[in-house]
Amino acid sequence: MLSSYEKIEQDPNYQELVRRRSSLGWTLSLIMLIIYFGFILLVAYAPKLLGTPIGTGVITIGIPIGLLVIVSAFLLTGIYVSKANSNYDPLIRKIVGANQS
Amino acid sequence: MRKLSCLLVTSLVCFPTFALAAGTIDGGSKQAVNWAAIGMFIGFVLLTLAITYWASKRTVSAADFYSAGGGITAGQNGLAIAGDYMSAASFLGISGLVYTSGYDGLIYSVGWLVGWPVVTFLIAEQLRNLGKFTFADVASFRLGQTRIRVLAACGSLVTVAFYLIAQMVGAGKLIQLLFGLEYWMAVILVGGLMMIYVTFGGMKATTWVQIIKAVLLLFGATFMAGAVLYEFGFSPEALFAKATEVHPKKIAIMEPGSLISNPLSAISLGLALMFGTAGLPHILMRFFTVKDAQAARKSVFYATGFIGYFYILTFIIGFGAITLVSTDLAFLDAGILEKTKSGIAAIKGGSNMAAIHLADAVGGNLFLGFISAVAFATILAVVSGLALAGASSISHDIYAMVIKGGNADEQDEVRVSKIATLFLGVLAIILGIIFENQNVAFMVGLAFAIAASCNFPVLVMSIFWKGLTTRGALIGGFLGLTSAVIGVILSPAVWEVTLGFAKGSAPVRLDNPAIFSMTLAFVGIWLFSILDRSARAKVDRDGFDAQFVRSQTGIGAAGATAH
Repeated sequence: MLSSYEKIEQDPNYQELVRRRSSLGWTLSLIMLIIYFGFILLVAYAPKLLGTPIGTGVITIGIPIGLLVIVSAFLLTGIYVSKANSNYDPLIRKIVGANQS
Repeated sequence: MRKLSCLLVTSLVCFPTFALAAGTIDGGSKQAVNWAAIGMFIGFVLLTLAITYWASKRTVSAADFYSAGGGITAGQNGLAIAGDYMSAASFLGISGLVYTSGYDGLIYSVGWLVGWPVVTFLIAEQLRNLGKFTFADVASFRLGQTRIRVLAACGSLVTVAFYLIAQMVGAGKLIQLLFGLEYWMAVILVGGLMMIYVTFGGMKATTWVQIIKAVLLLFGATFMAGAVLYEFGFSPEALFAKATEVHPKKIAIMEPGSLISNPLSAISLGLALMFGTAGLPHILMRFFTVKDAQAARKSVFYATGFIGYFYILTFIIGFGAITLVSTDLAFLDAGILEKTKSGIAAIKGGSNMAAIHLADAVGGNLFLGFISAVAFATILAVVSGLALAGASSISHDIYAMVIKGGNADEQDEVRVSKIATLFLGVLAIILGIIFENQNVAFMVGLAFAIAASCNFPVLVMSIFWKGLTTRGALIGGFLGLTSAVIGVILSPAVWEVTLGFAKGSAPVRLDNPAIFSMTLAFVGIWLFSILDRSARAKVDRDGFDAQFVRSQTGIGAAGATAH
């Protein structure tokens, strides 16, 4: 039998899980939004800035910036997943364990 | 012959004016019959049919059919998600966009990718913990079942329908070009294989078709990008220098061009791409195929990696095509070259063929055949995922939960989903043929706008906001759905290009309506929820706490079935 959700809500492990996961999830979402819309606004308002060549070559700073947005999406996802695997899953196991009888 | 603007490339939709300029496929220039391509394609079809046969022996219960019994691993699901998402449109369309405009293609790739982190942070685990087969399971978890299921099914089916038509028309055109097959035969072939995979093999067969396709596509794209870099001694600088030298736009291909003219339009499109991804029913459905929330989370991480890597490759492939295809007379149409003096404009078959010609340039006929077969496999994998999502909406949400009130016999439910698949397949074939000569480029953009404006707001609010009520979700969701559809009809892409009204007469000056349709949906959901004083509203709000505990911990979540 599982105990009721009210009991789980009182579990300090549960409260910690919700606090940590929510703050990380929303923070990372916000970071992704800022990075992406920052990029879009650069494209919209400062295309010439992105067209500035790096050094003497033809590669412009827009190329690494665009690639960095792609890489950042992957890295942010990686940060979340590694945090969740190492911190949240043990908490979830404790909560499940404590509320099973 | 009428120009078939930018078809296969449904993904270009979102910047219709640009897409029109970029991606014309000239239906007149069919490729010569390529036996290597046909051989490899037949090999792929036989392999997938064998897998379908294998899967059909193991698809008995409803859980097997909808979610492969929850028995897919995180790694497999990551590949399958990537296979579901990387359409022929993104492969050929984005490399074609880079071919004609350089940097602008990268802006696209970025937009298609950034929705994935949001899916990971806010949706994937909660979805797995709360739902069973469709995202409507989650949206209706504590709300009025009937009404929310109908809303979610409408959102799903409309999204799936537009996406599917766009893929079918694109598939017909592409296969016509690659294999020299008649358009209607190509559409029937795609629709027929899709029906076989889904009806007999359900989610298991669909998943494996997507996995195989993802592996083939990633391998093919890696080989091509590697071959291009090899030509330039692995120096990106040398590649870009040569590209700016031979491209008529010269150095301008290294910076944003005409793609984004209106900042508001750019932001609106950005919203649709980012949040649309988190509302696509065929993608959301994939999270139910793994055993738990942890696997769901990991699978999006893998998928994000595969998809991001793939988009970086398409950028290299596009630049490779500028240097190796636009300079080689074998790939150019002499007549157009005479007129325009531009190798970019003169490419045989239109810019969407850039990656295909590049395969020939770097790998000869055999590799050309391989890439052509991969492009076909890609279409099959995507339409199968769509058909399964549409069929699930009909059988699970409408038939089992609404009509039978949750008491449907399991075997009846599976039978209904198979019938629904056949119905959707026939419908897709008919619509694919009807829309042959129409400009369907706006349809994927519309699908993303609807997903972002109806499916996503209802889903995310139901997971996170205690105040949400059935009435609020229903009104807000339908406001988002209808305003997205109306916004697209009144946009330049449909009003001027498809409906043929005068240029500049479109009432809405946005290529994608997401900025106002999403706002309308969220405001509608919020307003009609807080004003809701009905008895049902109390039940809705009271149900939140228990739902939230389950969404966080997975206690009570649907488990994997035994194997």
